[in-house]
Amino acid sequence: MLDEFMLLGMMPAAVVNGLMFGAIYALVALGLTLIYGVLHIINFAHGALLMLAMYAAFYLFRHFGIDPYFAIVFVVPASFVLGYALYRWGIGKLAHGKDENILLVTLGLAIVIENAAIFFFTADQQTITLSYSYDTVDLGFVFLSLPKVISFFASLFICLLLWLLISKTDLGRAIRAVAKERQGARLVGIDVEHIFAATYGIGIACLGAAGCLLLPSFYVDPFTGNIFVLVAFTIVVLGGMGSIVGALVGGFIIGVTESVGGLILGESLGQIGISLIFILILVLRPTGLFGAKS
Amino acid sequence: MKSLKSRNGLLCLAGLVLALLIPQIIDNNFYIDVLTLVLFSAFLGQSWNILGGYAGQFSFGGVVFFGTGAYASSILFRSFGIDPWIGIFGAIAAGAAMGAFIGFISFRYGLKGSYFALITLAFAEFFRIIANSVEFTGGGVGIFIDYNPSLTQLQFDNPAGYYYLALLMTVISLLIAWWLERSRFGASLVAIRENEEAAEALGVNAFRCKMYAICIAGAMGGAAGTFYTQKFLYLDPPIAYGIGTSVEMLLVTIVGGLGTIFGPLVGAFVLHSINEVARHYLEAPGLSMIVYGLILIGIVGFLPNGLIGLFRRRQKKMAGGDDA
Repeated sequence: MLDEFMLLGMMPAAVVNGLMFGAIYALVALGLTLIYGVLHIINFAHGALLMLAMYAAFYLFRHFGIDPYFAIVFVVPASFVLGYALYRWGIGKLAHGKDENILLVTLGLAIVIENAAIFFFTADQQTITLSYSYDTVDLGFVFLSLPKVISFFASLFICLLLWLLISKTDLGRAIRAVAKERQGARLVGIDVEHIFAATYGIGIACLGAAGCLLLPSFYVDPFTGNIFVLVAFTIVVLGGMGSIVGALVGGFIIGVTESVGGLILGESLGQIGISLIFILILVLRPTGLFGAKS
Repeated sequence: MKSLKSRNGLLCLAGLVLALLIPQIIDNNFYIDVLTLVLFSAFLGQSWNILGGYAGQFSFGGVVFFGTGAYASSILFRSFGIDPWIGIFGAIAAGAAMGAFIGFISFRYGLKGSYFALITLAFAEFFRIIANSVEFTGGGVGIFIDYNPSLTQLQFDNPAGYYYLALLMTVISLLIAWWLERSRFGASLVAIRENEEAAEALGVNAFRCKMYAICIAGAMGGAAGTFYTQKFLYLDPPIAYGIGTSVEMLLVTIVGGLGTIFGPLVGAFVLHSINEVARHYLEAPGLSMIVYGLILIGIVGFLPNGLIGLFRRRQKKMAGGDDA
């Protein structure tokens, strides 16, 4: 009886915490969904590249004392350049445009990055402590850690920026054109290869931001990315492949599912919600909540 | 052409005789152990190859059959006292049932390509969490298997015993692939891989063929699970359902040659050799896996037919083939 009351009492806190994390999940998924929407490829190296961004933020903090939230200024452009180069001179060339090949090339990339991380950074878990790591925000019914709140709003802000980029700028217009109709875009003079690489770069730049925002409240080790791979895929499929709104809503749903699932079912079994949602959505509604009908 | 065929048959026979004699020739337990692992990988790879290579259904969760078989025979022994030499058939049945379950859900709803790869990954993750959370799998602590060397336990007091068991399994897997290459069923699978709609138009029941393929792959994965637990005497959820084994299965097959009889064996041999050499000369964690990843990218990029494809091209040239 008491247990049930306690569970009920902890529920609002779990939901709010889930929403906080969900925003970062959404940012991770946003990169994935953008890449899928334009390139029609599933980027299996997503988790590994996120892990790389987290290490970048970690070492910027460790060696130069740069606050992870400020590190975004460096990590995001660097991620964009890395993503652009990876696609332009790597994935795009090697995969010969075949769906399964891209999956395999990005899988190979993930293996290389992950093990290079073990080699260079060791397999030890790393965390950072900021001067405000233990500060909290009181919402009346729940105390939230300050880093989580900052990350939440920063994620939303970056999602907004991305939406503006896609819907208001020339680059965004070109990206949408390529996503809709490759040949047509080529005919009106858009450099399609450049747009592909730029889209991949923007997708990885989202990861750069997400890595910086995650670091204050999450550990990093060479395998951290794996935790987010299935989560990000689930969000993307749930929200609808290629849908930005879908990624945002999906991120919140998954964040809350995970946190509430953990509360009700316990730490171990609680993670099952994500893979279950993933299987169900693939089977019952593969276009997702906001995806275009195919 | 006919002489080439009989020459290949002779080559296979010579290979088998050599494989049988190896424990007599090499008096070094370390090498026997490595070769056992090569055969084990080749067997697992063949399980993936039937579904991924011949039928064209790439799975990222091939480990799910392995893990299910491993748990099946271990639990049969621990809870019901059924010896592993019978239990392995339970494992095969469990693996095939898992194949039928995942296959029905995935193929019934028409998932293919990347979606199929992802749903198999999700299933592996799903069962990893289940195995981690319920009592009868031993949870996160895992299952320790008693060591009682005897044939009924499928346990041996010398590495050669495991080697011969792995060799037997590998030969069976090669025969299955060989049968696929010359049966109507195998031809249907290849037709589905190349163009599913066209195959269906020609009267191939794609759903049924894919179901058979995933059940065969599942049965083989299940048998591999029993072999693993009886050799390594320990099983926990990350071993049973971790992505590492799934990746290894597809890696050896793609490196060796997708949809070929000897692809997984060649791939397993090459990759394990690289691994051992890397481990011997470079005492650095992660390095051999970096090489694996680069090889995977390189093969996909430059050798889509794997190492076997390289060999075949040469053979065709020697035979004066004109479609090289």
